Amino acid sequence: MTEITSLEERFQAKIDADQRIEPRDWMPEKYRKTLIRQISQHAHSEIVGMLPEGNWITRAPSLRRKLGLIAKVQDEAGHGLYLYSAAETLGVERDELIDQLHIGKAKYSSIFNYPTLTWADIGAIGWLVDGAAIMNQVPLCRCSYGPYARAMVRVCKEESFHQRQGYEIMLTLCEGSPAQKAMAQDALNRWWWPALMMFGPNDAESTHSAQSMAWKIKRFSNDELRQRFVDMTKPQADYLGITIPDPDLKWDEEKQKHDFGEIDWDEFWKVVKGHGPCNKERLAARVKAHEEGQWVRDAAVAYANKKVNKISNNSQVA
Amino acid sequence: MSHKHAGSLHAADAEMAINNARDVYTRRQEGVSLWVVESKYITASNPEESESLFDPAEDKIYRHPTFYDLPDELEYI
Repeated sequence: MTEITSLEERFQAKIDADQRIEPRDWMPEKYRKTLIRQISQHAHSEIVGMLPEGNWITRAPSLRRKLGLIAKVQDEAGHGLYLYSAAETLGVERDELIDQLHIGKAKYSSIFNYPTLTWADIGAIGWLVDGAAIMNQVPLCRCSYGPYARAMVRVCKEESFHQRQGYEIMLTLCEGSPAQKAMAQDALNRWWWPALMMFGPNDAESTHSAQSMAWKIKRFSNDELRQRFVDMTKPQADYLGITIPDPDLKWDEEKQKHDFGEIDWDEFWKVVKGHGPCNKERLAARVKAHEEGQWVRDAAVAYANKKVNKISNNSQVA
Repeated sequence: MSHKHAGSLHAADAEMAINNARDVYTRRQEGVSLWVVESKYITASNPEESESLFDPAEDKIYRHPTFYDLPDELEYI
């Protein structure tokens, strides 16, 4: 018992001194479990996040837009892979994590349970969803767990291209015909509140936050990050000349930040619990892709085994 | 050419590992050459021992050329 206490004290001292925890270091079981949950959810989000955008690759309005969107969706696949690898350093198998996603036990970001109805949604996602993701992810580059922090450095570098390509789409639409501008406004109307929900429940309701802060997995609270996102995004909407769908959104001169309206938390929990517009569709698409790819994985392993056998047979002959 | 660890991935064999490494880790010209090795063949130093392994080199400044005093007018040395 005293031994565990001293290990735990040393672990916490290391974190307090802003040192990184590496895979072979001793860590409390709860720290390991928390990270596996968070990193795998994050990985799943990257992979499921490819679906709403992939929906528009074949219908992108120009070759330039199509190239950008393909590159972005490919990046999301890469992000998922960096993160699955980071999770695996904690002693869990990737297959196990993917199974948990497919049976509905593991969650992914709720934002991907909303549909992409028009091309402007691709702009709004890049601008708002990737913008919110960057806000969440930049502090994770300093997360106490080394492999997660290093994966996030790569992810963040790549995300800024995503956000800029999204904003450029919005800008082009807003400088276009009235119908195009209306399309951009409609996308903002539908994506604004789900984007704010990406920061999670209010601090008072957030169950994992306090411990994650003490472990420096998390560096800022949900509400702090949400506030920053609103403050950063409002002027960008003004520049586009479209209106954020929140009558309570206004600048507070005294506090030097924006006041904004209350999120519809019933909708938030409904989508988290699996009843959003696209939860079933997204999961079904993932399961289908995984099952239909089984023969490719089998063939790759069979081919690798065949080559190994050939080499060992040849060396026997020699 | 010095190689730097870029990350981990899954692959059925070495050839596929190279292809996957190219796709996953060099999408923005991060590399000009790739090495892959199965992780089971890697033995790594323990981070806990970093101090005892690497700190002793810190005070061995006599291993560096600038430790040795030579007159400024000397050339090509």
